[in-house]
Amino acid sequence: MIIGLAHYLTVAAVLFTLGVFGIFLNRKNVIIILMSIELILLAVNINLVAFSTHMGDIVGQVYALMVLTVAAAEAAIGLAILVVYFRNRGTIAVEDINMMKG
Amino acid sequence: MTVAAAFFYLFACVCIASAFMVIASRNPVHSVLFLILAFVNAAGLFLLMGAEFLAMILVVVYVGAVAVLFLFVVMMLDVDFVELRQGFLQYLPIGAAIGVIFLIELLLVVGSMAIDPNILKSPVAAIPPADQVTNTAALGRVLYTQYLYFFQAAGLVLLVAMIGAIVLTLRHKAGIKRQDVAAQVARTKATAIEVRKVPFRQGV
Repeated sequence: MIIGLAHYLTVAAVLFTLGVFGIFLNRKNVIIILMSIELILLAVNINLVAFSTHMGDIVGQVYALMVLTVAAAEAAIGLAILVVYFRNRGTIAVEDINMMKG
Repeated sequence: MTVAAAFFYLFACVCIASAFMVIASRNPVHSVLFLILAFVNAAGLFLLMGAEFLAMILVVVYVGAVAVLFLFVVMMLDVDFVELRQGFLQYLPIGAAIGVIFLIELLLVVGSMAIDPNILKSPVAAIPPADQVTNTAALGRVLYTQYLYFFQAAGLVLLVAMIGAIVLTLRHKAGIKRQDVAAQVARTKATAIEVRKVPFRQGV
């Protein structure tokens, strides 16, 4: 039983779907939505690394490093916005974020 | 079944199960802890694939920084999370439908995929044999030469994120006494001491 590229891609596909599903399921909780986005980016990283190692090209891992950086930055900025929003409004419910709807 | 295959199934199953618990658990603190478990198992998958450096970076960056940041924010915000879970069942059918369709599409793509053998012959930067160059050294050789600007762009992203987070959350409260070094140094004998004539038996 050899573990090939398709196995890793399947794991990544399931993780990606769970991330998208999490966004639908927790429509009100911004923290869970941010965590779902982290899961989606993790699935992308698994895809990049799987292709990189199975095709013998290390550039995919360089790209995975970039995705990791962007994910960390996104989490930091997202949580900072969340803290400021909670300070101003006293809630983090997503449907209350409509002040700029015009 | 070889040891590598057994570990693959272990890491993959735990990773997917904990990812499911991230989106399904009632308590956000549990969600964060399951997220940590998912990332640790994904790091195990990276190790199995032979990307040791990224596996360690995943543990350091995600478990050490991002997950702790999430935990910090979840515990700092005084939010009624039960109220936020209302509508959970309302969105379950459409979410499940879209998720299942999406998963089937992705798995069809994975199952019918084939890689052109000509691409395999000419990699942009080939991975050297693992017994000669470690994964970290191989990645560094490419990252610091061919992809230097890419690396610096990543650093710039982190810098912007850091400044943005500080600017967003920093606030100056009025009415807090702070040390003003310049004002302290600028004091002279004339401004600091007042000599008064005290009348006898009356006080000031």
